[in-house]
Amino acid sequence: MNRVVIVDFGMGNLRSIGNKIKKLRIPYEITSDTKLIEMADKLILPGVGHFKTALQNLKSLNLFDILNKKVLFDRVPIFGICLGVQLFCNYSEEGNIEGFGWIDAEVVRFKIKDKLKYKIPHIGWNNVNVVNSNSLDKFINEEDKFYFVHSYHINCIDKSVIWMTTNYEYEFVSAIHKDNIYGTQFHPEKSHDIGMELLKKFAEL
Amino acid sequence: MFRPRIIPVLLLKDFGLVKSIKFKKYRYVGDPINAVKIFNDKKVDELAFLDITASREKRLISLDFVYKVGDEANMPFGVGGGIRSLDDIRKILKLGAEKVILNTIACENIDFVRHAAEEFGSSTITICVDVKKNIFGKYQVVCNNARKKLKIPLNEYLQMLEYKGAGELIIQSVDRDGTYQGYDLQLIKSVSELVTIPVIALGGAKDYQDFKDAVLKSYASAVAAGSLFVFHGPRRAVLINYPTNEEINNIFREI
Repeated sequence: MNRVVIVDFGMGNLRSIGNKIKKLRIPYEITSDTKLIEMADKLILPGVGHFKTALQNLKSLNLFDILNKKVLFDRVPIFGICLGVQLFCNYSEEGNIEGFGWIDAEVVRFKIKDKLKYKIPHIGWNNVNVVNSNSLDKFINEEDKFYFVHSYHINCIDKSVIWMTTNYEYEFVSAIHKDNIYGTQFHPEKSHDIGMELLKKFAEL
Repeated sequence: MFRPRIIPVLLLKDFGLVKSIKFKKYRYVGDPINAVKIFNDKKVDELAFLDITASREKRLISLDFVYKVGDEANMPFGVGGGIRSLDDIRKILKLGAEKVILNTIACENIDFVRHAAEEFGSSTITICVDVKKNIFGKYQVVCNNARKKLKIPLNEYLQMLEYKGAGELIIQSVDRDGTYQGYDLQLIKSVSELVTIPVIALGGAKDYQDFKDAVLKSYASAVAAGSLFVFHGPRRAVLINYPTNEEINNIFREI
């Protein structure tokens, strides 16, 4: 049984991810029900919005502890997208608040010098460089572009968790991987076929 | 390397896809959902849907329509038309839209932009600013399908939008709409220099050279067009089109 649960904590665009998983013909659920999350074989944590609001929502829906348990003890594969992956970090400048702390990293605002050329949020298509390869990324080429929308990015203190980086005036971490924990700053669900392929690889883990 | 987005803007009127010239002379173009399917095949960067009569008719863009687009679209899409409450935004996002596009409400109550940005995050909130030159050649913000002039000067309005938390700005030249005269590069440049959020150029694009100019000469973060993507040839025959990946790479080779 391969049951993918997309965690609904009231942040962002869940339907587009659900539609993508559906097209892959993989059973999935979009839910905030802790019982269903408990039964999940794979977890996807999406998210658009403010870091602080996201954490407040996770806590008020009683999802914080169950996610900790699923990820750290049951070792269920989890994929964080955009704000979702940022929540995996120790801390975020956005709201000065602590995250799950699954990866040793912090979330900081883009510090751009050339403000005419590099507008914030970083919205649009950009390349990724695979720094530490894993079984999910074999198909990614250097020309491939993914869709980004964000004003904050991850700074890894533990460099070994860096999966991919991307350049926007400077090099920032655009994906992380540590054991059963995966996450991308970009939106695979909005990145045409190449993004679908990445979600497929994760769902097939 | 970062690549600017190329965004088809699709106008809706009475459930059909239409295209205007200078916000007038609407012409029926086709079925919007069919257009989404074609744009899917062409791997479009992003789509924007604007229901141009919703605000005037005091209603929200059809949620049933947004639902259908959410089913079809493989790319991010923004939705605008008659949005007046946080609840409207919540519903639209839930149906799969990546962002909402505000126009009338931002002109009427700029604090709504702040509320929306705080609730849903800045990157979800795009403001479409319609700009028209007055008889003295001065840029003015207009709203309600260019029927009403905003009293606040353009620059002041744009700075307020940024301050209130707008995620990006679509700068639409009403005078160039549907005219194929090219973007108003001076307007786009002045806005890019003023704000630190992404600026999307809209109004007047006739060919891919215009995309290049908007980015290289006017620092647009993205380029948008209507007519260019739905019409073809001097007779403006309806033909949905979009540059191929190779063409896009060529357009932006120099950046």
